[in-house]
Amino acid sequence: MNNGRTDSVVGDRPPPLLGRPFFWIVALVIGAFAIAPLVGANVELRERLLLAAVYITLASNLNLMLGYAGYINFGSIVFFGLGGYICVYLIGAREWPLAAAAPAAGLAVSLMALIFGLGILRLRGAFFALATIGINEGVQAFAANFEPWGGSAGLYLPMQVFAPLGGPMRALWVIYFFLIAVMGFSLYLSYAVKTSKFGLGLIAIGQNEDAAAVLGVPTALYKALAYSLSAFLPALAGGLYFFKSAFIQPTDAFDLGLSTEVMVIVMLGGRGTVTGAAIGAYLYEELRGSLLTSQTFANFQLVVSGLLLLLIVLFAPGGLMGWLYSRWPRTREALE
Amino acid sequence: MFGIIASIVDGVLIGSVYGLAAMGLTLIWGVMNVVNLTHGTAIVAGMFALYLLTGAVGVPSYAALPFILIGGFLIGVALYWIAVHRMIGRPPLMVLLSTFSVNLVVIGLGTAVWGTGLFNVPVMLPGVTWHRYTFPGTHILAAALTAAIAGALYLFLYRTRLGKAVRAVANNREAAELCGIPTTRVLSLSFGLGVALAGAAGMLIATMFPFTVLAGDAYQLKSFVVTALGGLGNPAGALVGGVALGLVEGFAAQFMPVSWTLVIEFVLFVAVLIIFPRGIFAFART
Repeated sequence: MNNGRTDSVVGDRPPPLLGRPFFWIVALVIGAFAIAPLVGANVELRERLLLAAVYITLASNLNLMLGYAGYINFGSIVFFGLGGYICVYLIGAREWPLAAAAPAAGLAVSLMALIFGLGILRLRGAFFALATIGINEGVQAFAANFEPWGGSAGLYLPMQVFAPLGGPMRALWVIYFFLIAVMGFSLYLSYAVKTSKFGLGLIAIGQNEDAAAVLGVPTALYKALAYSLSAFLPALAGGLYFFKSAFIQPTDAFDLGLSTEVMVIVMLGGRGTVTGAAIGAYLYEELRGSLLTSQTFANFQLVVSGLLLLLIVLFAPGGLMGWLYSRWPRTREALE
Repeated sequence: MFGIIASIVDGVLIGSVYGLAAMGLTLIWGVMNVVNLTHGTAIVAGMFALYLLTGAVGVPSYAALPFILIGGFLIGVALYWIAVHRMIGRPPLMVLLSTFSVNLVVIGLGTAVWGTGLFNVPVMLPGVTWHRYTFPGTHILAAALTAAIAGALYLFLYRTRLGKAVRAVANNREAAELCGIPTTRVLSLSFGLGVALAGAAGMLIATMFPFTVLAGDAYQLKSFVVTALGGLGNPAGALVGGVALGLVEGFAAQFMPVSWTLVIEFVLFVAVLIIFPRGIFAFART
């Protein structure tokens, strides 16, 4: 009836990226990640930040499904592990350079996720969750049996593969900066999706899938696209990560512990928020670091992350950002 | 030829136990629309309960079954109040996460105590020999006990007042509540039953195969495959689905290494979910 107001359906257009405080916060974080370990060539700090960057990458991509579309994906670690396998295989057996192998791994996994997603995401809610648990088991069993990938013994890379990057010592730094870049892309991807029409559709699916479908959101396609999109950067990160170790085997690549930790991180930070995924990842990495140094707790890592997850789900389903938003509502305008 | 028939028979025997485990999963789904991700843990708990009862306490192997059923029921009721009750009526995501986290805590404790090595409960039972093939006595007795438990569950659901209440809540919780059925108590009872069934299945599996603390994930996947075959929320379908899965495993073992089983099961699971979302053996529910 009132044609003048149709624009408001899409919501208020966010200000341009450069004008948002969020953009500068992320830029500062990336800068700090890049510069901090360079001071005094602090290798120990670099390794810790590298792990944090991997966590942030995995968490913010999982957030696309878990946070926006409200679809739990127990198999998000499959992207990371498969990306690692494809990248290590292409470098080791096919002698591709890293610059070609890592993006190829990302694209391949993303494509597989799209095809798989188009089939599996017709399933709703619980059925989809079951399928994602199955995919982790299934893919791990596949990798453990697939001869070209070395079966359960895994794949090794010779030291010469680091030569094009200036030897093993320098290569570690180069890979670190690549991973920081992947982390930065992940954060901006989360932001870009959230402020797009696509993201609006996903959030609508998360709130009420039937209503979203009635309002014209192509739910099956959007879910499959989100699933595929959330595969690319984790696969890339997996490629870089396992190239750095020069070694990959099924139990490392499809680590149940890591896939759980990522879920804990998203819930801890607050699902559906870009900042939450990053803060959650950093806090969890710190917590984990202090637990691992204490002998008693090293054995109970799964127990601790399980309890943490249970407490968050039971008593604080909004996570840290949910708490922050309700305490200081104005932070909603600055953070995403 | 005899080899194939023998492996089919053995597949049916083992598959019926998978069906028993899946009944626990599907009962909980049918009554409260909750996917219980502590299912695999409950199966492993049944295995270790047998290991402890026979080893440390000295209970003769099959006499452990009633203890495991009762213990599983009590633990299940407790689990309902800890992890599930607050999640009823919230988005399905939340109950998946809460049961998943309980699963992590238990697996974490298990690995801290027992490590991840293989365990084995030796059960001496004479087998039945047919031509050149011997069917292990443990497989036959496991299938017989499964049939007994499934029969008891059927009698409970269809011949008792409480069972009628469970079915009423599964059908329509609000209407059941209006009829004066204490639905919350029925939900916790059903959760207890589901966990008890999973524990009993775990115990029976432990009499047949060696196991580890981490075995739960693989058996949980089997239960999902079975429920996908039989239709979620359908205990009778679960038994048929279990036998079907046992057949598939028996056949597959003839043609490829056992380590491929999980891959095949997963592919089967996804294929069935996509092609027959209501289950191949989904009977009309009344």
